[in-house]
Amino acid sequence: MIELRRLFRTPWLGPLLALAALYVLFTALAPDTFARETNLVTMLRQTAVVGIAAVGMTFTIVLGGIDLSVGSAVALTTVVVAESLRAGSGPLTAAALGVLTGGVLGLCNGALVSGLKISPFIVTLGTMSILRGVAKGLADEQKIDADPRGLDALMQSHAHSLALPPGVWLMLAATLFGVGLLTYTKIGRQIVAIGSNQETARLCGISIPKTTLFVYALAGLLVGLSGVLEFSTLTVGDPTDSVGLELEVIAAVVIGGGSLSGGQGSAAGTLVGALLLTVIKAGCTHLGFPNWVQEIFTGFIIVVAMSIDRLRQRAR
Amino acid sequence: MSENDEACLRVAGLNKSFGATKALSDVQLTLRRGEVHALLGENGAGKSTLLKILAGTHSPDAGTLELMGRSYAPKNPEQAQALGVAFVSQEPALCPDLSVAENVLLNALPGRYGFLDRALQKRRAAAALARVLPEGAPPFDLERSARELGQGDRQLLCLARALAQNECQILILDEPTSTLNSSEAERLFTVLRELTKSGIAVLYVSHFLEEVERIAERYTVLRDGKFVASGEIAGTTRAELVKLMAGRDVQELFPRSARTPGELVLEVKELAGRKLPSSASLQLRRGEVLGIAGLLGAGRSELLRAIFGLDAVKSGTLRVKTVVGPASPARRLAQGVGLLSEDRKGEGLAEGLTLGDNITLSNLGSLGSLGWVSPARRAAITRSYIERLGVRARDPDQLARDLSGGNQQKLCFARLLQQETDVLLLDEPTRGVDVGSRADLYRIIDELAARGNAVLMVSSYLPELIGVCDRIAVMVRGRLGPARPASECSEHELLLEATG
Repeated sequence: MIELRRLFRTPWLGPLLALAALYVLFTALAPDTFARETNLVTMLRQTAVVGIAAVGMTFTIVLGGIDLSVGSAVALTTVVVAESLRAGSGPLTAAALGVLTGGVLGLCNGALVSGLKISPFIVTLGTMSILRGVAKGLADEQKIDADPRGLDALMQSHAHSLALPPGVWLMLAATLFGVGLLTYTKIGRQIVAIGSNQETARLCGISIPKTTLFVYALAGLLVGLSGVLEFSTLTVGDPTDSVGLELEVIAAVVIGGGSLSGGQGSAAGTLVGALLLTVIKAGCTHLGFPNWVQEIFTGFIIVVAMSIDRLRQRAR
Repeated sequence: MSENDEACLRVAGLNKSFGATKALSDVQLTLRRGEVHALLGENGAGKSTLLKILAGTHSPDAGTLELMGRSYAPKNPEQAQALGVAFVSQEPALCPDLSVAENVLLNALPGRYGFLDRALQKRRAAAALARVLPEGAPPFDLERSARELGQGDRQLLCLARALAQNECQILILDEPTSTLNSSEAERLFTVLRELTKSGIAVLYVSHFLEEVERIAERYTVLRDGKFVASGEIAGTTRAELVKLMAGRDVQELFPRSARTPGELVLEVKELAGRKLPSSASLQLRRGEVLGIAGLLGAGRSELLRAIFGLDAVKSGTLRVKTVVGPASPARRLAQGVGLLSEDRKGEGLAEGLTLGDNITLSNLGSLGSLGWVSPARRAAITRSYIERLGVRARDPDQLARDLSGGNQQKLCFARLLQQETDVLLLDEPTRGVDVGSRADLYRIIDELAARGNAVLMVSSYLPELIGVCDRIAVMVRGRLGPARPASECSEHELLLEATG
C-alpha cells in the first residue's frame, strides 16, 4: 500500500503515462511508419544529444540553478572536435577534447555563479552569447569539414538492424549515472539539500561554492559529450548549430519532474521528458504535419504536463 | 560550587561592527554546564549578532571566547558544530525535499567513498530522534519527506540534528516556541530538561518572559549592543527583567483608555469555511476590542481571513456594517475593513519595497489623481506615520527589510491606518516583536478603540489578550465559544478551554 502510494508520488509518473499514450496514439495513426521497430531506434538516436545534456541540466536545476549556454556550448564543442580532427588528432583524442571543452565551459559558468554571486540565469545568458561568438570566431563563421575518422559511428544505426548505436547506450548510461548520483551518493543528496533550502544546507556545513562548481563542471562534461554526439550526427563542426537546444534540454528536465526553484528532479524523469519531446516530433513528422504544428503541439504538451503536475502537488 | 556549575562557555569584551554600526560592544556571557540560560533583549539589542558569532556565521572584531577552557574561534558554522556548539534557528531549517532521516543527518551523511549508507543513516536518525521525543510518543516516519511535518515536529527534527553532532556541548535556541502551540512547547521543555541533565548547556532566546521564568535558571540581558545585567532568574521579578530590557519602566504595558461600545459593525453567525472554522458566531461593536484565543490550527486565522474575503465561506451569515454576505478583499477595504496578517514576511509586507511603498500600497489613490502617484506626497504621509507610530527608521525610502520585527509591525499598522480602516482584524499583532515595541503596539490598539474603531484580535499570547481586550472568546477545533469579559478571564482558564 505504502509502495503504491510512493509510486503515485513519483513525479515523472504522469509524463511516463503521457509518453505511453502518445506512443500508442501515433502507432494507431501511422501503423506502417511510426510503429516500425527501426523508427524506435531512430527516435532513441534522435534523443541522445538532448538526453545526455539534460542529465547534466537535471543536476543544475535540482541545485536551483539553470544553464542557458548549452546550445552554444554544443556548437563550440562540434567546432573544437572538427578542428582537432583536421589538425590530425585521432578520434579518441578529438572526442576527449570535446568532452573536456564542455567541462571547462561548465567550470567557468560555475565559477562565475559561485564566485560573483550573480544569478545563474544572467551568467549563462551572458556565456550563451560569448560561447556562440567564440565558436563562430574559431570556425571563421563557416562550417568546418573534417574526416570524422570513425566518430560518426557513434550515432549510426543500420537500416535493418535493431542494434542501438553507441550514442544511445551513452545516453542510457548517463541517465543511470544521474539516477545513482542524485539518489545514492552524498554529493547527490547535498545537491538536493542546497536546491531545497540553501540556508539550511549552509547551516549544515555543506559548501555551496564547491558543490556549485562541481555541478556546473559535471553538467559541462555531459554537455561536451552531447557536443561530440552532435558532431557525430553532423560530421562537420558547425558554429551556428543547436540554437535553442538549451530550451529543449530544460523542457525535458521540467517535464520529467524538475522544479525550477530547485530541490526536485530526477534523471529518469528527464529521460522520459526527452523521449516525450522526440516522440511528438517524430509522430508529427510521420503524420505529415508541418513543422509549425509540431512546435505548437510541443508547447501544449509542456504546459499541460506542468498543469497536471501542479494539480498533483496540490492534491497531496 | 558544585561541579555542575563550571563554566563551559565564557565570552568577554566582545565587539562587532557592521560598517559604521556598532552591533556589539564589550559584551560578556558565561554559560555553565547543564543550565538553561536565557538571553534577553529587545529586537536590535544584539542578540542575533551574538548568536551568529557563537554559531560561527560572523567573526568578532575583538574579544575573548573560551569553550571548555580553550580559545574558541570558529571560522564557519561547520567548525562551530565540530566543536560542539549547535544552533537551532527560529524558523526550523529544513530541506523540504529530503527525507526526515536525511534532514537529521544533513551535517554528516553517513557513508563510504561518497556513497550513502542508508541502513546506518536510518539507525542513526532514529537514535537521534529518540533523544528528542518524550517517552511514549510515536516515532517519526524516517522515510517521509520533511515537507509533510508540522511546525512542532520540524522543531524537534532540528533539535535532533543539533544533538546528532559529535558531543553537542552547547545548544543555542533562537525563539524556539514562537511557532509552537502550548502542548508542543511543553513537549520541548520536557526534552530540554532531559538534555540539561546530561550536561548540555542551553542558551535560550525568547520574548516570552513567563516561559523564560519556567525553563531558565539564569539570564543575561543585552540592550543596544551592550551587556546590561546577568543573574539568577529566581528572585528576579518580571517587571525587573522588562525594565532591564527596555531601559525604562514599562509601567503601563497595557494602557486602557475609556472605551464606549457603539454601533454593531461586525456580526457573524455560525460561519463555516471550507475546512475551518466549522462554526463561529460573534458580535463586534465600535470602540471595542474582541480577542480570540486558541491553539495554532484551531481556525482563528481562517476566521479572520473568511471575514476579510481571503478564504471562502461555506455557510453561515456574515454582516459587516450594512453589507450582508461574503465579499472580496477589495470590497472589504472599501468598507473600511483592514487585515493585519500573522505572516509578516510572507503576506504582511513587501520586504523589498520601501517604507513609503509599504504604507501607501493599499491606498495609492490618496497619492494623486488620475492614476498618478506623487512621490512627495508619499514621503510626507510616510513621515507622518513614522512619527505617529514611533517607527525607528532613517527615511521613507529605506527598505522594509532593514527594519527590526517590531518596527516592521508598526509599518503594517501604519498601512491599516493610512487606508482609513475602522474595523481592524489583527492576526497575532505582536508575534516576534520585542517588549518595547509591544508596549507601543498596545498603546496604538488602545487609542484606536478609544477613538471608536472596532478591533478583532487573534493572539496566542494570553497575557496580551487579557491586557488589551474587552472581551475574549476561545476557539477550539474550529468552534468559537461565547465571548466573556476579559476582566473575568485568567490565563489558566483560557488555556484549559483552548486545549479542551
